[in-house]
Amino acid sequence: MAASRRMRLAAWHFRRSFASSLGLGLVTAIVLLALLGPWIVPYPDHAAGSVNLTGKLQSPSAAHWFGTDEVGNDILTRVIIGARLSLLVGIGITFAAAAIGVPLGILAGTAGGRVREVIMRLTDLFLSVPGLVLAIALVAALGPGIVNAMIALVLVWWPGYVRLAESKALSIREEPFIESARVAGAPSLRILWRHVLPNSISPIIVKMSMDIGQAILAVASLGFIGLGAKPPTPEWGAMISIARSYLPDWWWYAIYPGAFIYASVLGFNLLGDGLRDILDPRSHRG
Amino acid sequence: MLFYLLRRFALAGLMLFGLICLTFTIANIAPADPAVLAAGPDAGRSQIEQARREYGLDKPLPAQFLRYVSDLAHGEFGRSVASGRSVGRDLARYFPATLELCLLAMTIGLVFGISLGMLSALFKDRWLDHVTRIFAVSGIALPPFWFGLLLQLGFAVWLGWLPTSGRIGVSTEPGEPITGLLLVDAVLRGDGALFNQSLSYILLPALVLSLPCLASILRVNRSEMVEALRADYITAARAHGVSPWRLVTVHALKNALLPTLAIIGLRWGWMMSSTVLVETVFDWPGIGLYAVSSAIAGDFKPVMGVTLIVGLNFMLVNLVVDLLYGVLDPRLRDA
Amino acid sequence: MSLLEIRDYRLAFDTFDGTLHVLDGIDLSLEAGETLGIVGETGCGKSVLARSLLRLNEAPPARVVSGAILFEGQDVLSLPEKAMRRLRGRRIAMVFQDPASYLNPLLAIGTQMEDAIRGQEAALGQARRPHRAIRSQAAELLASVGLAEPQRLLASHPHQLSGGMRQRVLIAMALAGSPTLLVADEPTTALDVTVQAQVLALIAGLVAERGLALMLISHDLGVVAASCARVAVMYAGTVVEEASTAQLLANPRHPYAQGLIAAVPDLDNPAHKPRGIPGSIPNLMTPPTGCRFHPRCALASEICCSIKPALREIAPAHGVACHHATP
Repeated sequence: MAASRRMRLAAWHFRRSFASSLGLGLVTAIVLLALLGPWIVPYPDHAAGSVNLTGKLQSPSAAHWFGTDEVGNDILTRVIIGARLSLLVGIGITFAAAAIGVPLGILAGTAGGRVREVIMRLTDLFLSVPGLVLAIALVAALGPGIVNAMIALVLVWWPGYVRLAESKALSIREEPFIESARVAGAPSLRILWRHVLPNSISPIIVKMSMDIGQAILAVASLGFIGLGAKPPTPEWGAMISIARSYLPDWWWYAIYPGAFIYASVLGFNLLGDGLRDILDPRSHRG
Repeated sequence: MLFYLLRRFALAGLMLFGLICLTFTIANIAPADPAVLAAGPDAGRSQIEQARREYGLDKPLPAQFLRYVSDLAHGEFGRSVASGRSVGRDLARYFPATLELCLLAMTIGLVFGISLGMLSALFKDRWLDHVTRIFAVSGIALPPFWFGLLLQLGFAVWLGWLPTSGRIGVSTEPGEPITGLLLVDAVLRGDGALFNQSLSYILLPALVLSLPCLASILRVNRSEMVEALRADYITAARAHGVSPWRLVTVHALKNALLPTLAIIGLRWGWMMSSTVLVETVFDWPGIGLYAVSSAIAGDFKPVMGVTLIVGLNFMLVNLVVDLLYGVLDPRLRDA
Repeated sequence: MSLLEIRDYRLAFDTFDGTLHVLDGIDLSLEAGETLGIVGETGCGKSVLARSLLRLNEAPPARVVSGAILFEGQDVLSLPEKAMRRLRGRRIAMVFQDPASYLNPLLAIGTQMEDAIRGQEAALGQARRPHRAIRSQAAELLASVGLAEPQRLLASHPHQLSGGMRQRVLIAMALAGSPTLLVADEPTTALDVTVQAQVLALIAGLVAERGLALMLISHDLGVVAASCARVAVMYAGTVVEEASTAQLLANPRHPYAQGLIAAVPDLDNPAHKPRGIPGSIPNLMTPPTGCRFHPRCALASEICCSIKPALREIAPAHGVACHHATP
C-alpha cells in the first residue's frame, strides 16, 4: 500500500473509530505525563519519598488532589512520577522481548528443519508455565527488585514474539514472490531483509503496542505482590500494595494508582486494536 | 485419529520432561547459593551445610538432576522453610481451593462470554454491540488486583453484602472433603447452608478472576460469529430458506465455537496467572497465595513446587482442549 | 405477465475508496419455463445481479440506486423480510459456484438438507412433520439428482464428498421447496471438465422435467449455449445484447458480443485464429461516460461517449444496446 494512502486510511480510521481515538488519546496523555513529569508535579521532592508525618493520610483536597500517603507524600506527584517509571519499564520489556524473539522467530521460519525444531521447542518450553507464575519463580530465584522483575518479564515475554514472527515468516516463505526472488538469484539475507521483514512487521508492531500495556500491568502486578519495585520507588503496583493496609478508612490511596494502570493498559490495547485495523485488517481476531 | 492421539501424548510427555528441566534450571540460576535458598533466609552456617548435604547439593549437577527427577516421581517436592511441612502436602492442601476458584471463573467466563459474543455479533453495530465491546475491552485492561480491591470495598465493606476475604467462615467446619471443591461437596452432601456460605465467599474472587477471560471469549466469539455469518455457506443456507434462528444458533455458532474452544487453553493459563493476584487480595487459601507468601519470605522450594504443578496443570488442560478439538471438528476426525 | 421482470435496476457498492457503480440499468425478462443464459467477463456484475433476485447482497455496502425486480408481479426489492423468506428456496432457488465453500463444513449433509426443508415448512406456515418424513424427503431429493446411496450420504460431511457430488447436493437442496425459477451462478466453474458436462446435463434434465425457468450465469459461452434457449450478454454492469442462442451465435450485433464469439476457437476451422478484445474492463468507480464499452470499441464515435445506448429491438426478439446497430 502506498504510504500516502496508508496515512489517509489511518486518519480516516481514527476519525471514525471512537475506540482508536480514545486509545491514542490515553497513550499520548501517559507519554506526556512521563516526559513532563518532573516539571509539572506539584511537590517534586515527594517523588523520592521525603517524610512529612504531620501531613500523612490526608483526604483529597485542593492542596493535594489525590490526598497524601502514609509518610505525607502527595499521591498525585507520586502517581505522575510513577507514569514515567511504568512507561519506561513497559517499553523496555517489550522492546527487549521483541529484540530477542523476532530474529529467532524469523530465523526459525525461514531456516526450517532442525534449527526451527530446536527454537520452537525451546519457545514451547517457556510457554509451558503461565506468565506471572513463571515470573514469580524467576524473581524468587534472582531476588526481588525492579531490575530482576524486568529480566523475569522479558524471559516470560520473548516466546510470544518468536511464535508470531515464525508463523509470519513461514507464510511469507510460501509466497510466490519469494520463490521468484530466490530463482532470480537473490541471496538469502537480502530476501530476509527486503521481503520477509517488511511483510512481517505489521502484526509485530500491533503486538508490541498491546504488549506495552500488558507489560505495565505485569510490572505493577509484581509490585503489588511485593516482588517488584521496592519502596520508596513510586511504582504504581507497589503503591497499591502499601495502600491496601490502609483500607478501608483511607480508601482513596488505593484508587488512583490503579486507575492510572487501568488507563494505560486500556489506552495501549485500544491503540493496538486501531493499529491492527489499519495495518493488518484481515487478522481481526479477539 | 489414533495416530493423532498418540502423537499428542508423546508430545505432552516430552513437554513434561522439558518442564522439569526448566524448573531445575531456574532453581540453579539463582545467584545465591542453592543451599542458602533451601535452608531459608534465617539459617545459620551449620543449617546451610546440613541443607547442602540433605539435598545433595554438594554433588555434581547431572547427579542432582537425576535425584530431582526421582524425587518428583515420588511426589517429593522438598520442604517449606516457613511452615516446616512437606511442600507436596501443602500443595495438595491448597490446590483444590485454586481449582474450585478457577473452574467457577472459567464457567462464568464461558457462559457469559459466548452468549454475549453471539448477541453482539447478531446486533452488530447497534447499541448492544457497542456496550458489550466497551465492556470487553475494559475487562481485559482492568488490573485484577485493583478491581478486586474495589469490589471488596464496595460489596464487602461498604454494602456488607458479601464477606471480605477467605474461603469459608472461621467457625464453619466444612467436613471431610469429597472432591475438595466446597461447592460440589456441599451439593453432594445436600448441605444447603454450606453451599450458600461457600458461594458468598467465592463469588467476588470468581467474578474478578473471570472478567479478563469473559472479555477475551466475548471478543473472539463475536468476531468468529461475524465471520461465520458472512460465510458462503450461510448465504447458501439463507437462499435455501433455513430459518434465521437455526442459521445463527446452529450453522454459524458451531463454526464460531471451534476457534473459541481453541483459546480456552490459553485463557486457563492466564487465569492461573491471575489467580496469584486474586488470591492475594481475597486471602483465598490456594496455591497462588502459597507461592506469593513463600516468595516474599525467601522460601524457595514451595515456589518451585507451585511452578511445576501449575505448568503440569496447564499442559493437561491444553492436551484436553487439543483432543476435544480433534473430536469436534469432523475434518480432523477423519484426517 | 412474465415470471421475472427486471426493470432499469441499478446497484452500487459503497467502499472506503469510493462508490462502485456495479449495475447500471439492467432490463431483462424471463417467462415461466424459459431458459436464459447470462454471459459476461468476471466483474461484469452477473453474480451480483443473480444475488439481487433473492436480496442476498450484504446491504451495506450494497445499495439499490433505482429500479425494480418483479417476480410474479411482486417487487422483490420492497418486500418485507418475512415475505422474502417465503420466496427463498420456495419460489426462487439458487445454486452457487463453489460447492466447497457453500456447504457448512461442520454439519452433516442430512442436517443441512433437513434445515432447508424445515425452513420451507416454516415459511409456508405448515405443520411440523415428523423427523422421519423430513429425512425420507431429503433422501428422495438426493436420489432425484442422481446420487447413489442417499442414506449414507445424509450421514456424511461435505469434506468426504467429491466436487461433483457436493454440487449435486446443493442442487438437491435448491429443489427442496419446488421452486419455479432456478438461478445457477457459475454452477460448473469450480468443477473438473468431465464433471461439468454431467452437472449441466443434470440441470437441463431437471429443468425440463419440472418445467422450471432457468437463469444460468457463466463466463463460458459454451456452457450457456448448450443449456439455454436465450442468451443475454453483459458488459460492465449493462446488458449489451439479448437474443436467442442461435441468433446470437450466428449473428451477433454488438461489438462486444462479436468480439466474444470471435474469441472462441473453432474446432471445425483450425485456420480461424481466435482474436482477443483489446483493452480491459473499466474501473467501476469512474466508469466511462455514455456507452461503457466505447473505450475498447472500434466503432466508437461522438455519440457513444456522451449518450448511453438503450437496449433496442433490431430484429424480432433480438435486442442490442449500441448506437451503431441498425435493424
